[in-house]
Amino acid sequence: MRVLTFEQIKELVELVSRRGLGGLELERSGFRLKIDGRRVRASASAAAPPAAQPAQPAPVAGSGGEAGEGAAQGDEEAAAAEPPAGSHVVTSPIVGTFYRASAPDADPFVEVGSRVKPGQVLCIIEAMKIMNEIESDAAGVVVEIYPANAQAVEFGEPLFALRPD
Amino acid sequence: MFKKILIANRGEIALRVIQACRELGIATVAVHSTADRDSLHVTYADEDVCIGPPPAAESYLKVASIVAAAEITGADAVHPGYGFLAENARFAEMLGECKLAWIGPRPETIRLMGDKAQARRTAAAAGVPVLPGSEQPLAGAAEAERLAAEIGYPVILKAAAGGGGRGMRIVGSADEMGRQFGTAREEADKAFGDGSIYLEKYLAEPRHVEFQVFGDAHGNVIHLGERECSIQRRHQKLIEEAPSPALTPELRAEMGAAAVALAREVGYENAGTIEFLLDRDGRFYFMEMNTRIQVEHPVTEMVTGIDLVRLQIEIAAGGRIEIPNGLTPRGHAIECRINAEDPDRFTPSPGRLETFHPPCGPGTRVDTHAYEDYVIPPYYDSLVAKLIVHDRGRPEAIARMARALDFFVVEGIKTTIPLHRRIVRDPEFVAGRLSTRFMEGFLARRREQQAAEAGGGPAGAAESSAAAASEPATGGTAAGARRAGG
Repeated sequence: MRVLTFEQIKELVELVSRRGLGGLELERSGFRLKIDGRRVRASASAAAPPAAQPAQPAPVAGSGGEAGEGAAQGDEEAAAAEPPAGSHVVTSPIVGTFYRASAPDADPFVEVGSRVKPGQVLCIIEAMKIMNEIESDAAGVVVEIYPANAQAVEFGEPLFALRPD
Repeated sequence: MFKKILIANRGEIALRVIQACRELGIATVAVHSTADRDSLHVTYADEDVCIGPPPAAESYLKVASIVAAAEITGADAVHPGYGFLAENARFAEMLGECKLAWIGPRPETIRLMGDKAQARRTAAAAGVPVLPGSEQPLAGAAEAERLAAEIGYPVILKAAAGGGGRGMRIVGSADEMGRQFGTAREEADKAFGDGSIYLEKYLAEPRHVEFQVFGDAHGNVIHLGERECSIQRRHQKLIEEAPSPALTPELRAEMGAAAVALAREVGYENAGTIEFLLDRDGRFYFMEMNTRIQVEHPVTEMVTGIDLVRLQIEIAAGGRIEIPNGLTPRGHAIECRINAEDPDRFTPSPGRLETFHPPCGPGTRVDTHAYEDYVIPPYYDSLVAKLIVHDRGRPEAIARMARALDFFVVEGIKTTIPLHRRIVRDPEFVAGRLSTRFMEGFLARRREQQAAEAGGGPAGAAESSAAAASEPATGGTAAGARRAGG
């Protein structure tokens, strides 16, 4: 039973991150690796049930223990996505699917570097076929856009980091 | 069979459903508020979605968030647990519109049985005895007085849209009626948005005996026996048991047949419970129907050997019921609901569990989402754990419960463990002399006992310490378990 090496897992995590994938799941003979591409919560989990110790980061139990390194890599990934100090983070007020633009062929509402005002529409979160316009609650410049287009987001999930004016 | 089920609930029942899904090889999605990030149901689910801030109205009751969570995770079915949206027909309908399966009865059934007045009419139509009372909501106090005179006082006024003990008033005589009716109508309007009141005969010391029923989409309907839930305080159940010490096989067959008749009448699908009041003369009357899985389902599981949550999932996926109707219960099971409350004052006691060591051993089951170091949030109900025991007969089950409670160590918060330890030793409980007035009598006996112990002077003090030594050691603490008494 061959599980992935540390280098292979690292490559997969970088692939997910670079390409802004929502996630990646890999399974082969008794070993399962799942990488969650949502930036601040990258985690790895395997086929065995997680230990009930919620105070720890994403629990991992893998065949032979080699998968344990995946979790450390996931935490590193999460650390890289921490908002820059002093920035204002706009979080999702609802559950749904995040869209950068009002339509597939339209321009995104904002880009990194866009200057925004309070009340300005930053994105759409779609839930139950309703397109909810998400407005900025602060003035500033967009420095980070967290979810990938068409990615699922939950309540409280970081969407944009703004450098306040 | 479903591939992925979203559990629209939290706490111990969410964990219970996740366990059933795991055994069936079904993937699970947990939804949670920000206050429940470290909750066990979130840890064990395959995926989790944060759906809102702590208040239930903005999270566990927020239909849009839960449906969206089901959409984004690709769940194909939703299990609502109990409470929250479990009996929200509109929620069930919306899930259907989104092509999500609902693990519960059809929305129209939920709606029908959720209206107390309509439920009564339906029961009567099915030939189930109902308490004499108004068939329709009352037009006014005058009608109430006329009807009450016919039936005979005492009577009880109930909000048609109420339930779980809310929106009820006992009227002892005709001179009270005018005033009580007016207040009842106002309260019902404020609490449920519906001022409809109906009236029924009030029984003095009835037993609360409920029957577990199951129906499938192929017309099969069965009952799985009864649970006695008479030990309640302010209409909240504290202890449940199966079978009921009051039922003979004949009465069980009769009540079971009535329960099945009602379930058939409405074409009931999935799990349901029909509550009856049983009076001292062995006459039973329909009270209400709960169109969901109940908190106390484990006692039925223990005496029938059937996993009720698994059955719910199988039926919702189109399965047929293959269990014969009217199984004879095997042995006796008792459940104590352990709440995070002061055992004497019943005030809430949320906080961090510094020690949490549930009992184990033969015939001992603990359904809980709690663990050592877990912080019980103040936003939701106070149920910490359900302790269920099973043994071959009632006396043995009582002894087993007493032992299990002694071995349940919880520190950091107050729990009702000490209360349960006293109840299971109470002579009336042991004798099986139960009714919905049990707790009233028990608490009165306790106050008398405490007053006697507190009697002044050296003799009184000696009595106090002797009584304290023989009283079960302060329950639930490790130190208490070691100390001789008090």
